[in-house]
Amino acid sequence: MELFKDRNFDFIKHRKVAYTISAIILLIGLLSILFQGFNYGIDFAGGTLLQLRFDQAVSTAEIRNILGEFNLSQSTIQRLSEENEFIIRAGNIDDEQRREILLAFEEKLANPEVLRMETVGPIMGEALRRSFIYALIFAFIGIILYVTLRFEFKFSLVSVLALLHDALIVLGIFSLLRKEISVQIVAAILTIIGYSVNNTIIILDRLRENMKLRTREKMENLINLSINQTLTRSILTTLTTIFPILTLYFFGGSMLSDFALALLLGMVVGTYSSIFIASPLLLEWNRIFQKEQKAVRATGKKMVKNNFKK
Amino acid sequence: MNWIKTLRIIIIVAVIFIALILAFPLNEKIRLGLDLQGGSHIILECVDTPNAPVDDDAVNRALEIIRNRVDQLGVSEPVIQREGAKRILVQLPGVDDPETAVEMIGKTALLEFKNEEGETLLTGAHLVNAQASFDQFGRPIVLIEFDSVGANEFGEATRKNVGKILAITLDGEEISAPVVQEPILDGKAQITGNFTVESAQHLALLLRSGALPVKVEILENRTVGPTLGKDSIEKGIKAGLAGLVLILIFMGVYYKSFGLIADFALVVCMLLIVGTLAGLKATLTLPGIAGIVLTIGMAVDANILIFERIKEELRLEKTFRASIDAGFNKAFRSILDSNLTTLVAAFALFYFGSGPIKGFAVTLSIGILASMFTALIVTKIILELAANRLSPKALL
Repeated sequence: MELFKDRNFDFIKHRKVAYTISAIILLIGLLSILFQGFNYGIDFAGGTLLQLRFDQAVSTAEIRNILGEFNLSQSTIQRLSEENEFIIRAGNIDDEQRREILLAFEEKLANPEVLRMETVGPIMGEALRRSFIYALIFAFIGIILYVTLRFEFKFSLVSVLALLHDALIVLGIFSLLRKEISVQIVAAILTIIGYSVNNTIIILDRLRENMKLRTREKMENLINLSINQTLTRSILTTLTTIFPILTLYFFGGSMLSDFALALLLGMVVGTYSSIFIASPLLLEWNRIFQKEQKAVRATGKKMVKNNFKK
Repeated sequence: MNWIKTLRIIIIVAVIFIALILAFPLNEKIRLGLDLQGGSHIILECVDTPNAPVDDDAVNRALEIIRNRVDQLGVSEPVIQREGAKRILVQLPGVDDPETAVEMIGKTALLEFKNEEGETLLTGAHLVNAQASFDQFGRPIVLIEFDSVGANEFGEATRKNVGKILAITLDGEEISAPVVQEPILDGKAQITGNFTVESAQHLALLLRSGALPVKVEILENRTVGPTLGKDSIEKGIKAGLAGLVLILIFMGVYYKSFGLIADFALVVCMLLIVGTLAGLKATLTLPGIAGIVLTIGMAVDANILIFERIKEELRLEKTFRASIDAGFNKAFRSILDSNLTTLVAAFALFYFGSGPIKGFAVTLSIGILASMFTALIVTKIILELAANRLSPKALL
């Protein structure tokens, strides 16, 4: 069976379209991050989370009413897909107050079962945020180093640009949708970073092979050829990875659905960027670089400086 | 068949066998995280107060007292350890009443006896025993007993305050304010407060384990009830099985007989993951289950890369066996590269991450290594063995 028979798509010719699409999505995401910020979960922001299951149907408004009696009407109340389950997120609620709130629920609404209770102090949130920033930096540096050692610097540069593109788009969408940024989401971003470079590497690997085989071919043709040759496997591997992520999203319960959503977005964006962004970017790099070389050959170093000024 | 091949087959069978032994029965061999079995994860910090500045010794003593309290609560396999200079990590798996447990752990429990002027005459430092009991009216009380030093001090305090109030306070709050009838010289006393049976027992426990030398604050408390844990396991397994079946069908349909070989390798891979998890005594968390589910999809990636390569080689009119060899050789670097970069990310997550998320990094890493083993070794051996019976047309 073959997904793309006699495939010969011209990715290079239409690269400006891909650049524009990416730029628009990135811009919207970045604006949202800038102006709206992230909806940090209690892992990072500190606060209290209560996951409750009531023994009778209750509404979000009823819960908010009762929380209002404790000056907590500003809390986020999320109805879960599971029956009569809710997650309440609030600033720090101490043990005493929590007991009173639960008692109030019991007396005025329905019996709540505490499924989960988390309290994170602001110090811990701060520390956790810092350690995840370290993790992200570590992962990026590790991947740059690895790709540089395996290929060459320009390859790792475009891979990392593609990774940044993927991570920023997922974060942007999460900011736009006001989805909670929890420890799990950061873990998903890290996984995306590690996984999405795979497709890029597979194309680059093929490109290098083709560069050796056909030394006279123009770069754009080589890139097109490499993307086309690896297209089936890029799509297939992404597809098979997405299958279990989808089942995780639909069957994994509310605890894992946002995690699965982040992975899903990341996988799709990652595959797209490997094909439409990373490899074409290599061509841009080569053009700048070669122009420089030609310039050097033609008129010496003065020209190069002028070139840079442009 | 040459001996190297035979040896490889023996190794594969042995690995599968060991994994089976390590992994089954699952419910005994797999250690579940607090988020799956229910329980509390608490981080405490010792904080300075004017009277009791925090030093290394105080933290260690606080840790011992907390350990004492946890033991008396009857939690099985608790974790109590120092984290850095001032922090103490407490994990209470499967605790029935996390609410009370947390309360008992964090209480300073400084017992003081004060005269009417508010001066502290003695503390609970010289207690040897504390028991919940009932007075003659059937009301819950706490009986306390001092050692000889304490008995002397207590005798002195009661002798000087006959006919006056000798208040008993816990952490500065008055529990009871009895009037001293006569000097008590045998070092035995009873605290009559507004107790329930339960609160009397709690106070007795706190007094037995001693007062914390410094004030502790709860920095973080993550508690999962047993219902949610069970729910999470069920849903995780359901998602995993659904994903597995989808992939098995997909590979079978797309690559036919070759797909079935990949399917077999995938099942072996799952077995290896669970076996390794059990063998390493690693903790399975909810994100850990997600990591395994994700690996199901990533594991067949290597097979797809190999099969697609073999296809290309076949199109170059190579023989089937030569195509298999070339396919594996040429796909090897790509497989290694792509898996190593994911490992880098998993390592970062393990090193900097915390709690259940570490479980994700662990299963993801194990999954990547297991999938490399099954794709590069198990699949290859089966392909070579079955080469005569397979039709290359199934791929094309």
